[in-house]
Amino acid sequence: MLEAFQFEFMRNAVLAGIMASAICGVIGTLVVVNRIVFLAGGIAHAAYGGIGLAFFLGLPYFVGIFGFSILASMIMAAITLKEKNRADTFIGVVWAVGMALGVILLDIKEGYNVDLMSYLFGSILTVPSSELYVMGCLSLFIVIIVGFYYHDFLAMSYDQEFAQLRGVSVKPLYFLLIGMIALSVVMVIKVVGLILIIALLTIPPFIAERYTNSLLQMMLFSALLSIIFSLVGLWLSYHLNLTSGATIIMTAAAVFFLSFLIDHIRSRFKRHTGE
Amino acid sequence: MDTPIIELKNVVFSYNHHAILKDVNMKVYANDFIAVIGPNGGGKTTLLKIMLGLLPVGHGSVRIYGQKPQNVSHRIGYVPQNVHANKNFPISVMDVVLMGCLRSGRIWTHPTKMDRNSAQEALEKMEMLKYHKRRIGELSGGQRQRVFIARALAGKPEILFFDEPTASVDTHGQTELYSLLKDLNKNVTILVVSHDLMVVSSYVKTVICVNQCVHQHDAAEMTQEMLDMAYQCPVELIAHGLPHRVLGDH
Repeated sequence: MLEAFQFEFMRNAVLAGIMASAICGVIGTLVVVNRIVFLAGGIAHAAYGGIGLAFFLGLPYFVGIFGFSILASMIMAAITLKEKNRADTFIGVVWAVGMALGVILLDIKEGYNVDLMSYLFGSILTVPSSELYVMGCLSLFIVIIVGFYYHDFLAMSYDQEFAQLRGVSVKPLYFLLIGMIALSVVMVIKVVGLILIIALLTIPPFIAERYTNSLLQMMLFSALLSIIFSLVGLWLSYHLNLTSGATIIMTAAAVFFLSFLIDHIRSRFKRHTGE
Repeated sequence: MDTPIIELKNVVFSYNHHAILKDVNMKVYANDFIAVIGPNGGGKTTLLKIMLGLLPVGHGSVRIYGQKPQNVSHRIGYVPQNVHANKNFPISVMDVVLMGCLRSGRIWTHPTKMDRNSAQEALEKMEMLKYHKRRIGELSGGQRQRVFIARALAGKPEILFFDEPTASVDTHGQTELYSLLKDLNKNVTILVVSHDLMVVSSYVKTVICVNQCVHQHDAAEMTQEMLDMAYQCPVELIAHGLPHRVLGDH
């Protein structure tokens, strides 16, 4: 595979994969421990509306998808805080409507040949170097914010009521987290695509949670796992000629099931020897 | 000693146009040990959350040390019910207790050396220091509660609020808990919310009955009638363990 590295698109793919994975590890950890996976899914799928909007209005891809994602995510965040009972229903609505809006807008825009598949399943092999710079800045931004507010996020995620009592501004922090999810979604769409974003946000943290003792460790381990899955998945898709995004996810899934199996066997073994 | 440290005046709290609490007037003085009792759904937890500043009041005022509760949160300790504890959460006992040292007004939140010392002291007092590196989910329910108490103590509070501390604790544990509270009461004002009448132990100095309305009594004056009124149905008072309450003649 090393011969592939002489191609710029391959080098860019690897760099994009590493950056997106690292961010998914960090943000995915916060998504999983705060139990807002469904909300993250809603943001991801509603983002497709942003893609449609961008092409319809002739805006650059990042502007359209980011602007729309932020808008949709802030609305969903506000609703989940106000109407706790019907929050998931509302997320479902925004999820579907956002996606449908994107499809319709792309239908209407005549004479425009947009590869839908590339947004749904990722097009890591077509990342231009200019996008890498944007991804780099976004990644840095996210890492700095999470690092700066780490203890606040930790308090909010573990015991929101207690955090609020101790003076942590829980509401603004929640909106900040949702905004960062929207940012991450924008980055990750290129790597594994819309349909599979949830997998990259959830599988590595799910595995990491059982082997780590702090939120920071969980973030770092998730990021590491994500990067490994992306690189291995990319390598496998190159050799087996498969869709890169899906291969990355299957790699993650394989490790996930393996870790589950090992844990299961281990606990059964303990039960036997314990008696 | 003569100015109340907690004062509620004419407080009304409604939710969805339902009055949960009406005309609440109460005063708490320093070093008091208060039991807030009443039937479930009567507004005990709402009253607690109002005092903590977690719920806004529609009408009336809540003052702790003369200020709004949010402004004095660093002087208050809170031990919630063991309900929303997320057991799988990757967090150590020490990190949970350190949360009790959180303060508003700092730009960058990071535990200081002083915070770590306070947390260690609190854990030692609750005899949980040797578990400080363990994951919170690995502990038993009783151990977890001790950690939550340590978390409240780490902030060196002047008032301690407990929400249903004896729920899911056995009789022996309850006696232990109340002797701990009596010990803490030497320096700290204690307020315990409980639907369990076991709470009316000899350590309690004031009893507040909440059932939409709030009535405050000196514990020694508690009579059967007051309890019946609070619970709206005849209630039997049973005292277990030592020491036990000797009730007034009724």
